Formats: sequence, structure tokens, C-alpha cells
Amino acid sequence: MASTTTWRRSLESIALPLGAVLAALVIFGVFCALAGANPLAVYGSIYRAAFGSWSAWQNTLLRASPLMLTALCTALPARLGLVIIGNEGALVVGGLAAVLVGLSLGGAVPGGLVLLAMALGSLVAGGLWIMAAGALRHYRGVNETISSLLLNYVAIALMSHLVQGPMRDPAFVSKPSSFEIDASAWLGTLPTTRVHWGLLYGLVASVLAYILIQRTTFGFAARTAGGNVRAARIAGLPVGKLTLAVCFLAGSCAGLAGMVEVAAVQKRLNESIVSNYGYAGILVAFVARHNPLATVLVSVLLGGILAAGGILQRSHDLPDATVLVFQGIVFLCVLYSESLYGRFAFFQEREAPKPEGAVASV
Amino acid sequence: MATEALGWWGVPLGILAGTLRGSVPFLLVSLGECLTEKSGKINLGLEGTLLFGAMSAYAISYLSSGIVGPTLAPWLGVLAAGVAGMVLGAIHGWLSQQPRVNDVAVGIAMIIFGGGLANFFGKPFIQPQAPQLPTIPIGGWSDLAPVQSALQISPLFLLGVAIVPLMSWFFKSTRWGLYVRAVGDSPDAALAMGISIFWVRMASIVAGSFLAGVGGASLSLFYPGVWTERISSGQGLMAVALVIFARWQPWQCLWASLLFGGAQALGPAFQSVGIDSYYYLFNAAPYILTLLIMIITCSPQRTLAGAPGALGKDS
Repeated sequence: MASTTTWRRSLESIALPLGAVLAALVIFGVFCALAGANPLAVYGSIYRAAFGSWSAWQNTLLRASPLMLTALCTALPARLGLVIIGNEGALVVGGLAAVLVGLSLGGAVPGGLVLLAMALGSLVAGGLWIMAAGALRHYRGVNETISSLLLNYVAIALMSHLVQGPMRDPAFVSKPSSFEIDASAWLGTLPTTRVHWGLLYGLVASVLAYILIQRTTFGFAARTAGGNVRAARIAGLPVGKLTLAVCFLAGSCAGLAGMVEVAAVQKRLNESIVSNYGYAGILVAFVARHNPLATVLVSVLLGGILAAGGILQRSHDLPDATVLVFQGIVFLCVLYSESLYGRFAFFQEREAPKPEGAVASV
Repeated sequence: MATEALGWWGVPLGILAGTLRGSVPFLLVSLGECLTEKSGKINLGLEGTLLFGAMSAYAISYLSSGIVGPTLAPWLGVLAAGVAGMVLGAIHGWLSQQPRVNDVAVGIAMIIFGGGLANFFGKPFIQPQAPQLPTIPIGGWSDLAPVQSALQISPLFLLGVAIVPLMSWFFKSTRWGLYVRAVGDSPDAALAMGISIFWVRMASIVAGSFLAGVGGASLSLFYPGVWTERISSGQGLMAVALVIFARWQPWQCLWASLLFGGAQALGPAFQSVGIDSYYYLFNAAPYILTLLIMIITCSPQRTLAGAPGALGKDS
């Protein structure tokens, strides 16, 4: 909580990630130079392709909206001390559930209702998927990072199996896909833009997540358990229920991202839904230090970088994996910046911190 | 696959052959991770190391074949893969030992970074054919051509099998092995012994990453023997889970790797006899097996027998 006495701390938690991203930009520039591209021209291209025009902004926001949702899948459990990286899998099962609901209801009921049912289906499917990882952690002590990651592969295999076999649309030949969902159940665009309503879903989910974590007793309990699980147990907090609930909410956010991808972009289910939004979401959550409002900002930044992937290939002859390298560098720099907290005298509070101030810091 | 002629016998043969081929990366990565975790740090980034190693091996084998000939080139590739792994390992070793930096998070970052580097530098090598490692036939006792072609093992498999007793002996009977175990089990005691925790962990992580890089070489220079962006489908991560299952013992790593290699061979083996309607589900077998094994072996009440004491704790 930013009161007048703790502004230096708040500044530190903004300045360090920002500095890390800048450092990453410099390292990335050196990398580009070694690969034979002019770094300044690369920066310029990224800026133009990401934020240079209204059209570029729309591209950026299109990519940012699923990131906002998948980032919450890592950010929420992180407040509970869990490292969940099953974002991609939850996104895929969310998309799968949305298509199943959409195909069975599409055309028979009004489009709005179908969309609502698809959203609910994806929320439940994604939620249960990650809740399974949380349950395994709580009841069996299974490492949630590894189990959620393995679940990604299981989800993708399940999706591949269904679109190759039982759900396959034989008329669609370019790649194995499900049938198309009814046009009445497509997620439309915001007025006068190409950006679909998924952006609004992402914004609303992020704000709700912020309120839940920072402003409710539920969130307080979750943060307490994340800080010290033994103390939380002694205080009588239901750690198991908290774990399951937070994991369910986290997974449902990623699942909703899958529904948005299916209903607004792909219109049918196929391999294209596995598009790395899940893994990029992990990065967003870490860069934003698991703050649901900061994830919105970071999602827009990363969405811009993703939107610039094509131009790097066209104008600078860099492979499309360049974006992945950049993400890796940003991630490593941000992690290193974690070790710098408290190292700079400038960010230390001048007065003795008040007793309740200790709780406020992340 | 050449197993069609054998009818249903093709299934067990296919699984056996697939086990011999597919277990190599599991074995090398799990041995590397075993060494790393014995020193008290987790390296999830071995998935990225595996990819980068696979790319480096393929690229060096292809580029050097014109200079040193196609017999020596793949071995240079193997060496390059190991060195590439060491570079990534050094980054992980340094970064994961900074204060307040979570080694699991660094691992995730290294997966993205290593995978990104592999795809970045590997793009020109997707098309050309690099010289492959030689294979050692062990099916000579049979007159059937499919059996002979199926039963071939990689020299890297033998390397891995040779490392198993060596590593076991290293942990049990050498001074350096004791250092690694001390640092991993009780850093305070190690510090009191005058051991540098940072450098022991650094050495363990770098050496482990070397093995993981060589594991990557087995992917691109032995089986499947090509370089593509999706050549590793999570084997590096499964190897991490496999080490838990193997209770941090090199011998158990060997058996577990064979089990995982066999599970991986299920889908292709059934496909070869015409059962391909569940191909993708069979391909998910190693992941599901890993999950089941972790569910069975883990417990919330106690830490696992054999787990290094400092594993997963901030220090």
C-alpha cells in the first residue's frame, strides 16, 4: 500500500523491473548486432509494429488479451506460493470445452446464450484442469510445477486425438480440425476496431483478480498462506480449500483465454490453439511480479513484441524465434533484478517503517 | 518401420527397439539432473539445454563434415552439444544462486531462452542432412532383416550406461562426491568444512548441463536423427520428474529411463501394426506415467527418502 512514507519502496518495485526490461533491451541489441542486424533499426521496427499506429495498436491488443488471461494462471497461485506453469494446457482444455459446448448448442439457441455457455464451459474445464495440479500438490505433495507442465502435454495430446478422430470435420482438409462453430456464436469485435471482446474479458478478469487478492479476506488468507504456510495453519486458515479455490480461479482464467481464441479467432479447434500464449503468460506473470493489475500493462508490452515478430523476419531477416530469444532475455533479467531489492540505498526508507508497513510489501 | 512383416510380433519388437532408441535422452538428462539436484539446486532448464544441444550437435556435424569427414563430424557435434549445454548451465548456475532468485523460475526462463536460441540459430539447419552417429547392431543373431534393423544401439547409450556406475561410485567413494552431497544435504555443514557452496553447485550444474547437451545430440544425431523445432517434446522436463522417481540414485535413473523410453515407444509400435486410432493418446503415455509415478511416490507428510536436504530451499 503506497502511503506517503513508503514511496521509496513502491518506486523500487517499479524501477527495478523497468530497469531489468531496459537491460534486456540492451542485451538483445547486442545479440541482434552479433546476428548481423542493426539494433537501433530493430528497436525502431519493433516500436512501429507494436505501437506506431492505430492499426499496430490493434494488433498489439489482439495479442495482449489472451496474455492477460493466461498470466493470471501463474500470477494467482504465485500469491499462494505455488509455481503453476500449466497455462498452455488450461488454455487448450478451455478451448476444447468451448468448442464442445458451441458445437452442441450452436444454431439451436440465441448466439449470446451460446457464448455464455461456451465461456462457462471453458471456465469450468480450465479451472478443474489446474485445480487437479493444486489438489495433487496439497493431498499428495506432488510438485505442482512439474505436474502442471505434464498436464500441458496431456491436454495437447487429448486435443490432437479428438480433432484427428471423433471430432474431425472431414470437409476441412488443410489440417485436422473440428467442425466450425455456428456463426451466431462468434465473438464479435469492439465497435469500430478489429479488436475482439476478449480484451474486455482480460481487463475485467485482471481487475477482479486484483480486488480478490488485495482487497478481500479471501485474498488476505491466500497471501498469508503464501507467506508462511505453517503460520497460516496455526491461524486456522483452510489451506487446502484455499489452494483448490485459487488454482480453480487461475485455471479458469487460462481456460477463458482458450474460449476467446476459439470463438473470436480460430472459429474451430485445431493445432493452431497451441500458440505459446500459455508460456508467454508465465513470463508476463513473473515480470509483473504476480500483481494482477501490472499484468495488464506487461501483457500489452509483450503483445507488442509478439506483434513485431513478423516484421523482424521481413525487414531484418531475423528468424521468428528472435521474439522467443528476447522473451528469454527479459525473463532472465527480471529474475536477476529480484536479487537487487534492498541493495540500493536510494530505495531504503528514511524513517523506521510503521508496524503495519511490513505486511504491505510483496 | 520395418516391423510390418512380423505381424503382431512387431509390437514387442517395436517397443524394445523404441526403448533402446528413446531412452538415451532420458538417461543422459536424468543423470545430469541427478548430479545437479544432489548439489541442492533444481535445473528445470534442461529442457532448453536439450534443445540447444540438439541444434548445436546437428549444426556442427553438418558444418564440419566437409572439413573433418563424415566419420568424425558427428563426434565433434556431440562435443559441441556438451559445450553448448555447459554455457547454458553456467548461466543457470550463476543466476539461480543469486539471493532471492527462485531456481524453478530460472529454469522456466532457461527453457524459453534455450529453446529460443536453438530455433534462432537452427533455422538454416532444418533442411540439410547432417552426418549421423554410427550405430552398433546387436540383432546379428537373427536372420530376420526387421529384427536386425530394429535392434541397434547408439554409442551414446553405452556412454550413458557407463556413466551410471561411475557416478554412483563418485557419490559414494570420492572426496568430490562427498563435497557435492554435503552441499546438497547440509550447506551449513559444507560451509563448516570449508567448501565453497557456490563453486560446488556451479560445477555440478555445469557438468549436469554437459550431459543434458549430449542427450540433445542423441536426439538430432541418432534418433529421430533430424533437427526440427519440435524435436524435444518435454523429455528434458520428464527427466526431472524421473530423477524424483529414481530417488536421486544413478542406477535407478537407468531403469527409469528404460521404462520411459518404452512408454514413449508405445504409440509408434502400435501404429506400425495398424492401430493408429489412439496414436496421440499413446503418445501421451510417458506424461501420464510420470504423473502417476509422482502421485504414487510423493507424500505430503514426509520428504522423500534420498532427497537432498537443501533441495527446493532458499539459501
